Amino acid sequence: MTTPVLELRNVVKTYSVKQGLMGRPKPLTAVKNVSLSLAKGDVLGLVGESGCGKSTLAKILLGLEAPTSGEVLVDGETLGAQNRLKLARRIQPIFQDPYSSLNPRKSIADIISLPLRVHGIGDGASQKQAVREILDVVGLPARVMNTYPSQMSGGQRQRVAIARALIMKPEIVICDEPTSALDVSVQSQILNLLGDLRREFGLTYLFISHNLAVVEHLATRVAVMYLGRIVEEAETGALFDNPRHPYSRALLKSVLTPEPGLGVPDTQLGMAYPNPIDPPSGCAFHPRCPLATPLCKTKTPRPVAQPGGMVECHLYDPETEMSEQA
Amino acid sequence: MADRLLTVRDLVIDIPVGGGTLHAVRGIDFELDRGEVLCIVGESGSGKSLTSLALMGLLGKRIKPKAAQMDFDGTALLSASKKTMRSLRGARMSMIFQEPMTSLNPAYTIGDQLMEAMLLHRDVSRAAARARAIELLEKVGITAAESRLGQFPHQLSGGLRQRVMIAMALMCGPELIIADEPTTALDVTIQAQILRLLVDLVREMGMAMILITHDLGVVARVADKVAVMYAGELVETGPAAQIFGSPMHPYTRGLLRCIPLPGKTERGSKLGTIPGIVPSLVGQVSGCVFRTRCDFANDACLGKVPYREQQGAQAFRCVLPDGGLGQETEEAQA
Repeated sequence: MTTPVLELRNVVKTYSVKQGLMGRPKPLTAVKNVSLSLAKGDVLGLVGESGCGKSTLAKILLGLEAPTSGEVLVDGETLGAQNRLKLARRIQPIFQDPYSSLNPRKSIADIISLPLRVHGIGDGASQKQAVREILDVVGLPARVMNTYPSQMSGGQRQRVAIARALIMKPEIVICDEPTSALDVSVQSQILNLLGDLRREFGLTYLFISHNLAVVEHLATRVAVMYLGRIVEEAETGALFDNPRHPYSRALLKSVLTPEPGLGVPDTQLGMAYPNPIDPPSGCAFHPRCPLATPLCKTKTPRPVAQPGGMVECHLYDPETEMSEQA
Repeated sequence: MADRLLTVRDLVIDIPVGGGTLHAVRGIDFELDRGEVLCIVGESGSGKSLTSLALMGLLGKRIKPKAAQMDFDGTALLSASKKTMRSLRGARMSMIFQEPMTSLNPAYTIGDQLMEAMLLHRDVSRAAARARAIELLEKVGITAAESRLGQFPHQLSGGLRQRVMIAMALMCGPELIIADEPTTALDVTIQAQILRLLVDLVREMGMAMILITHDLGVVARVADKVAVMYAGELVETGPAAQIFGSPMHPYTRGLLRCIPLPGKTERGSKLGTIPGIVPSLVGQVSGCVFRTRCDFANDACLGKVPYREQQGAQAFRCVLPDGGLGQETEEAQA
C-alpha cells in the first residue's frame, strides 16, 4: 500500500473560551481524536453542521493552527517537522467567499503571483508567464491580468482564487465551501473546473461543504463530522446508498433534491445542536438520536471498522450487543 | 372558484442610476390564491427581492414601481396611502428576511420585538400580546418559550433566531407571507425543519406564501407554483410538477442541468453550465434578455418575444414555439 498523501493521527484541538466578563476560561474541544487519510487523487468530502469543527480541521491542515495533540503527516512526514514555507508549496486553500478573499487593491496578476514572490521563485518575466499559463488553465483570458477584483463577477473571482492556489503546483488543495457563495449556473462551472484540474494535475482535495448533492457528485470518500468527531467515514457510493450512523442518515434525509411532490422531509433531529463547551455525555449525538439507548448516554462509542470505512456508533460495535438493532 | 388574494400585472421597477436607468424588473405578471405557495426562483440580480419589496411598499422614496394592476385582496397597493400601507404591513402581509442575524434588533428583547407589531396594529393589552407571543414561539417549536421572551437575539442560535422571525411574521395572523431566502443562512438539517414548519403553517392557517429562493431543491419540495425569473423578467411560470417535469424555457432547462441530481447524475461527470453572464440592464433593454447565453438564439430573439401558454397553466417566454427543445433533442441524438 502506498503512503497516503495526507494523514491525520488522533488529532485534537482544544481552545480556551472565556464565558462572560468574570468567567473562568473553559476548554472547548473543537476537534476530538480525528484520524483520516487521503490517498493521491482522492477527494474527501467533509460534511457536518456549522460548529462541528470542519473549518478548524482545515486550519490545522493548512498549518494555520497547531493541533493540541496528535500528528498530521504529509507524504509520511510530520507537519511539525516541515516549515511553513515548505508546507505552503504542498497544501493550498480555496476559500468560500471570493468577494472577501481577494485583496481589492491589488491587480489580478499581483494576486495570483503573490505565492511565487513569497517563495522567491523566478524573476518578474517568468512570474508573468506563469500567471498567463495558470489563467489559461482556469479558463480566464490573459487580458484580466491588469484588472482588479471589483471588475469581476463572483465566478471569475473564484477562478482567480483557484489560480492563486494552483500556481505553486500543490499536491493538496483544501476547498472550504468553494461554491456556496455562487449562483447555480456558476457553481456548476467551478465544480467542473475543479474536477478537470484534479484529473489533469493529479490533485488531492479536501472538500468541505454543506451541500451534500455537490459532495456526492465530486467526492470519492466522505467523512461525516459531528461535534468534533468523525462519526462515519466511507466511500461516497457506500455512504450515500447505505449510511450507517444515525446522524449520517438524518443528514442525507434533509437533502432537498429537486423532485416535486415529495414534500419537505422530517429529519426527526430536533433543533438543539449541543453547546460544544458542554458536550453531552457518552455519545455526543445521543440527545438527538432516534435510536439512542441508555448505554449511549454513558459510554462514548469507539470507531468500528466497516467494509471500506468506519463508523463510531454503539449500534455497530459487536461488544455492545446492540449490533443486531442496526 | 379559487380565492384570489394577490394579482400583479405588468410590474415595472426602474432604478435611476448614474448615467441612466436600471430596468431591474420589466413587466412581470403573477397571481396568488389563499393557501398557495408561489416560489420565485432566480439567480442574484434577477429582481426577485425587488419584486417582494415592491409588494410590501418597502422600495424607498427613490424607486417608484409601476404596474397595470397590483391588488392585495381588493386594495390597489400602488395607489394606497401611506396609512393604508402601514395598516397592511406587518398585519395582513408580513415578511421574513434572509438574515436572522441582522434583521433582529440586538438592543431589544425577543419579547419586545415579537409584541411590537401586534400592539401597533391590534387593540390588545400587553398581556394578551405576550400570551400570543408565547403561543407562537411554542408553535414554531421553541422550548421554554416564556423564558425566551426576556432574551436578546445574541443569546439565540441562527436556527432559533429564524424561528423567532417566523413567529414575528405570524403575530397578527397575516394572509400573505413573503419569505426572502428564509433558510439560506442555515444548516441543511435546520433548513428542512424550518421549511416544513412554514409549509405546515401556511396549510393550517390558510395563508398564502411567496418564497424567494435560488435553491431549486427547496422550490421543488415547497412550491405549488413556480416563477422562474431571469434578469428582471419571468421567463417561465407554471405548476411545480410541470416546471420540473417538462421545463420549456432554455434557461429553466439549463438551470436544472447545472445541479447534480443524487442517483441520476453520474458521479464525477460534467455538469451542465450556462456560459456567459447576465447582461447589463442599464439603458434600453429589448428582445429576449437570455439571448446572449442561449444555445438556440437567432435573429428573431432581438424582436418582440411572445409569451407562450402551454397546457395546465404553464407558460414561457421564447421566440421558439418549443423553446428549442426539438433542436436540443436532435443535437443530443447526433
